[in-house]
Amino acid sequence: MKKTVLFGALAVAGLSAAAASAGTLDDVKARGTLNCGVTTGLVGFAAPDANGVWEGFDVGVCRAVAAAVLGDETAVEFIPTTGKTRFTALASGEIDMLARNTTWTFSRDVDLKFEFVGINYYDGQGFLAPKALGVTSAKDLDGATVCVQTGTTTELNLADFFRSNNISYEPVPIETNAEGQQQYLAGACDTYTTDASGLAATRATFENPGDHVLLPEIISKEPLGPLVRHGDNDWADVVRWTLNALITAEELGVTSANIEELAAAPTNNPEINRLLGTAGELGGMLGLEPNWAMMAIKAGGNYGELFEKNIGENTPIGLARGLNAMWTEGGLIYSPPFR
Amino acid sequence: MSAISDPPRGSFSPAMLINDTRYRSYTFQALAAIVLALCLGFFYLNVSTNLAAAGLNISYDFLGSPAGYDINQRLIEYDSQSTNARAAIVGILNTLLVAFLACVTATVFGVLAGVLRLSNNWLVSKLMAFYVEIFRNIPVLIWILIIFTIMIAVLPGPRAFRGDEPEARMFLDLVAFTNRGVYTPGPYFTRGLGAEGNGAINWLIVIGVLVASFFATRMVTSRANATQEATGIRPNTLWTNLAIWFLPVIVLLFVLGLKWDIPELKGFNFAGGIKVGGPLIALWFALSIYTGAFIAENVRAGIQAVSKGQTEAAGALGLRPGRIMSLVVLPQALRVIIPPLISQYLNITKNSSLAIAVGYADITATLGGITLNQTGRAIECVLLLMLFYLTISLLISTFMNIYNNAVKLKER
Repeated sequence: MKKTVLFGALAVAGLSAAAASAGTLDDVKARGTLNCGVTTGLVGFAAPDANGVWEGFDVGVCRAVAAAVLGDETAVEFIPTTGKTRFTALASGEIDMLARNTTWTFSRDVDLKFEFVGINYYDGQGFLAPKALGVTSAKDLDGATVCVQTGTTTELNLADFFRSNNISYEPVPIETNAEGQQQYLAGACDTYTTDASGLAATRATFENPGDHVLLPEIISKEPLGPLVRHGDNDWADVVRWTLNALITAEELGVTSANIEELAAAPTNNPEINRLLGTAGELGGMLGLEPNWAMMAIKAGGNYGELFEKNIGENTPIGLARGLNAMWTEGGLIYSPPFR
Repeated sequence: MSAISDPPRGSFSPAMLINDTRYRSYTFQALAAIVLALCLGFFYLNVSTNLAAAGLNISYDFLGSPAGYDINQRLIEYDSQSTNARAAIVGILNTLLVAFLACVTATVFGVLAGVLRLSNNWLVSKLMAFYVEIFRNIPVLIWILIIFTIMIAVLPGPRAFRGDEPEARMFLDLVAFTNRGVYTPGPYFTRGLGAEGNGAINWLIVIGVLVASFFATRMVTSRANATQEATGIRPNTLWTNLAIWFLPVIVLLFVLGLKWDIPELKGFNFAGGIKVGGPLIALWFALSIYTGAFIAENVRAGIQAVSKGQTEAAGALGLRPGRIMSLVVLPQALRVIIPPLISQYLNITKNSSLAIAVGYADITATLGGITLNQTGRAIECVLLLMLFYLTISLLISTFMNIYNNAVKLKER
């Protein structure tokens, strides 16, 4: 009995030592794999394919970081997290970064001591309802039963929306997206609410996606992005600039198709040269190889390629770029310069 | 033996702490206490240094701030602007509700199955053995999920009740079975006290009258016992007792103006009446049928512990099997049944925390789930949860032990 307690204490001490050690970047390099927290399965953002290989928009960010740090986009351990477990997993050091369509909010950034490194998808909370329900606006939902993922900002937005519009509803808290889908399809709730992108992804997996509509109201701002622990600025820089590299690559027209060619020798565009490491020492400043950004972009393509391949209009999820177009095309996706 | 080996008293040397049987146990107990204290100290230090390193602190201020989320089943007034502490209380009441309901039904299931398993009827006893083995050997979480999934898949949604030719109809036009829950007529008062004559105080009055009836029937029964002791003839108390139970309550309900609110399809859902939510039903049913299987085994063990001679003696006196069971066997079996029953009740209470699997808003889902998540105060919330479950479990233990003392064999 006493032995178990002692071993327990030792194990806890070991864990806390791991969490408290200084550099995540060094840890990842030493370990040889990146522990990346993702969803438990949201097609288009992060879900294992038929062969069990994780793919999706958020998975693409994890793979890019792994490629930048380790030079190998497959050196990622994907750790599925629920809305409830994700922050504990990150804070305890179980994962190195979280790329799980997580909304950047003040309290998560400041109070929970996390560092959002950027925004990879500008989202908003919407409602999915069956066409047969005959609802055209979320304000018609008075008295409706609403499925909502628990432990998310959507839960709070939902309460605020119905309260400010002075209409009533009955929440059905659910743990995972799959559970929400099951209850929604069985009619146990009238409408399902989460980020509009997630709803589109969920609807794409339905047997008859055409029987369901996304209501026009977007009731919140949901800037989604990868995050890391607060206080490890070197690691935050690596993740932040990997994301920025993907965005800059789209802006500069660097794609997975032409990157080999562009990286082979310095081009006429100095920023491309700095990005791809054929000029300057940006990689060294991050503590990475000079070709870090090239590896990251080659892993899954630039931001636009990742978007089109996983959630774009030609995929079953069919999301338009909208707010997530490049700033040069009227969107909000914008990276600080590589200089 | 110890009298022989004990050394003469008087001189105490430190070596006696190890060698002397009188002091050795104290030595080891002291050592164990020191190790335990060191471990606790280590945990405390570990938590506080790690929190300090992450720039966090322990604070219970969040309990007073608005919760921000809604809860679908609330036994007390609550909305999204209420505090986290109130959300926790809503959760506590929901936990207590499902635990209480499940304890009652599990006991009924368990006693029935346990008695029937010993039946002489081959089919009945084998059916009960089947029930016990199936439910006891599959985890309760799976049962909760199975029952919930079947419920939402099989029962119709409220939409099916709509239209001139609805696919589904209300049972007797009174009760609606939907995949969101069961809607039954709810009683309310029109001439009572409180707002619109329908305050909660009216129910307290009704309960008060019922309690008074209970004590009145007890008095009637004890007087009947006294008469029987004195004269040997027992007066018939059945009609008196029934009258004491029913007449005052019926008169009171009439005075208060009892009416029934019948659920009606309004908009998306049924409105009015009482809603027993799907998660509550699934959790309640799963917990009772699962724990019922364990209780059945306890009951069977208890009955078999009563010597067969007792049954045969009762039979020889001319008692029928039903009366043998209720008058001779069960009262003796209770002594064996009650102690394990206590732990089954504790199990039900603790297993009710699996509510989160079906979205039932118990304390683990509100304080330990949403509040924990939205405030990020994991350590504080988990400590409060531990405190709650510990308190509740100890209370149940205490009450059941009092009951056990009442039924156990009186040794004089």
